[in-house]
Amino acid sequence: MTEIKHEPATVYIKPSKGLAALNLRDLWMYRELIFFMVWRDVKVKYKQTLLGMAWAVIQPVMTMLVFTFLFDRVAKLPTEGIPYPVFAFTALLPWGLFVVALNQGSRSLVAHNNMVTKIYFPRLILPMSSVFAGLVDFAIAFVILVGLMFYYQVTPAWNLLWTLPLFLLLAIVTALGVALWLSAINVQYRDVNQALPFLTQFWLFATPVAYSASVISEKWRIAYSLNPMAGVVNGFRWALLGTGSGPDITLWVSVGISILIFVSGLFYFRSMEKTFADTI
Amino acid sequence: MTTAISVKNLGKQYKIGAAETKFRYNMLRDVIVDTVSAPIRLAKAMVGKSDRRMNQNFVWALKDVSFDLEEGKVLGIVGRNGAGKSTLLKILSRVTEPTTGTVTVRGRVGSLLEVGTGFHPELTGRENIYMNGAILGMKRAEIDAKFDEIVDFSEVSQFIDTPVKRYSSGMYLRLAFAVAAHLEPEILVVDEVLAVGDAEFQKKCLGKMGDVAQQGRTVLFVSHNMSAILRLTEEAIVLNKGQLIMRAPSQEAVDFYLSSGQSQAGERMWEADEVPAASQPFTPISLKVRERGGKVVDTVRSTEPVMIEFEYKLDSSITGLRVGLYVSTMRGEYVFTSFDTDDAALFEKYDTRSAGHYVSRAELPGDIFNEGRYSVGVNASSFGVRRYFMDENALAFNVDISGAPGTQWGEPRVGPVRPRLNWKIEKIG
Repeated sequence: MTEIKHEPATVYIKPSKGLAALNLRDLWMYRELIFFMVWRDVKVKYKQTLLGMAWAVIQPVMTMLVFTFLFDRVAKLPTEGIPYPVFAFTALLPWGLFVVALNQGSRSLVAHNNMVTKIYFPRLILPMSSVFAGLVDFAIAFVILVGLMFYYQVTPAWNLLWTLPLFLLLAIVTALGVALWLSAINVQYRDVNQALPFLTQFWLFATPVAYSASVISEKWRIAYSLNPMAGVVNGFRWALLGTGSGPDITLWVSVGISILIFVSGLFYFRSMEKTFADTI
Repeated sequence: MTTAISVKNLGKQYKIGAAETKFRYNMLRDVIVDTVSAPIRLAKAMVGKSDRRMNQNFVWALKDVSFDLEEGKVLGIVGRNGAGKSTLLKILSRVTEPTTGTVTVRGRVGSLLEVGTGFHPELTGRENIYMNGAILGMKRAEIDAKFDEIVDFSEVSQFIDTPVKRYSSGMYLRLAFAVAAHLEPEILVVDEVLAVGDAEFQKKCLGKMGDVAQQGRTVLFVSHNMSAILRLTEEAIVLNKGQLIMRAPSQEAVDFYLSSGQSQAGERMWEADEVPAASQPFTPISLKVRERGGKVVDTVRSTEPVMIEFEYKLDSSITGLRVGLYVSTMRGEYVFTSFDTDDAALFEKYDTRSAGHYVSRAELPGDIFNEGRYSVGVNASSFGVRRYFMDENALAFNVDISGAPGTQWGEPRVGPVRPRLNWKIEKIG
């Protein structure tokens, strides 16, 4: 039997007042739990399904086909010279990640209420791991995109590709920021569960997934970029396909809003955290 | 000796009644008004000006509790349901924050409140060990090192790569307990888990707890089972209505608890502050156990009938009310459940009970209970509509088996019932 020695740490428990500190030290101590939660979510997600991991492919591909039919064949939307399936799929990648992260993250506290009411651990881990778990589906869908680009002989914008992880990060930060707000509110008001499908739907319309951002007139550009996902989707198309004009003021507006949501979400979450176990 | 836990003026206030306002609908009109005003309520709630806050009641689940516990001691915690035992443990394990006061804890607190938390039915036993270990705060290397030991202790090694949803409840519990038991925290908190599992498993759990104590770890042990408290702890504290009213060697504390007013000696009275506002219009008054002669007693004879009497008041009429009893053993196993309108004729007659003062009496026939201590819970509800009041552990009584069937042998009999069966013996060959 191996004994693992650790010097007992002294913990002071007292009512917290005012703005709670972020307590990143605890989060670091529990970093393995984040890994395990992500691993569990991924492992369990497609258990007892016939198609298994294929769902990670089927969902975006089917959406892409429907979009292609509606917006390319019927509505004939402009795509800046890119075959519509590739054009749509490039946007569906970050959008799919965002939707899953937003929905799972926002429900994470309530979904794990037995953990919240029984055990101490930094509660931030729940929305965080839900958001990270979406990355696996993203990676699978990415492979499909590469295949699609081959098939349609679209050459990637090699010189811009390195910016892709930055746009991915922007999508994650945005999703996590919103999930922090909504998951904390959901603990007290389950209205969030009802509102999420609407929110997701409206957000999709406000994001250039099915259409090109170039259809937005110049004077609305800034207002449009208040939606950080617009920045993400434009960025993805720019980095992968070379469409659009690249980062300009609108991207920085998106980044600013995203950081604002994230940081405020972080503090709101932390300030509500102490009552989670009592009100959930 | 160093101090492992130092609790100073600890208090925890809970809001009650906030959730119940939702169910105060009497008429469709109320529902409509409520629905229409919902957006306004939401807006108010978002800016922190909830009008519900006005009619919220606050209760102190824990009030001004202070004690120190030295490293390596085993402390028992006794008290009625609602005395604050679980709240105290929850604060110590950092699940919830105190409202006032401070606690200083030296070392990791592992609690057996959380047996099986984070277990996922789709994951295998092996995967769940890692998952659950991580949730309990173990490092991966630590779990690797103890993995075999955990599997041995759980006795499920054969099924370790089977999803736990295929496990029997006993196997599931054993595995869950095995992980929690190997956490090896400096401070172990145990809350009534001993009530679950079969007898042999319970013995194993108690053994593990004893080992933990012998290794010089600090243990806090909450139980309603006084004999377990006496066996496992040297010292105990008694909580009553959130306050620490005694700390003494276990024998003394248990005696005090059993003999003081709150020890549930055949009678339980509800004071106004013990009845949640949400139970309106139902107000419980008292619950009594009477022997055949009508005397209120703490100990009844197994061979004689017993009267259980529940007195209550209705401030307005209630339709479909049923008032019932749950009788369970001290280990938490139910013996039976019965309601005063179980009889169809009575159910018809008391379809609606008008406002007034009532008593519901039930006679339990003789030759039911085996030796031991039993707990009586009460419940008042309208089936499928609303539960007005519930106290799962309102009072307890002892059963004396002298004269019961089979007592000529003096051996303990298993099982909570000891019926007098109509045995026939025939020689057929």
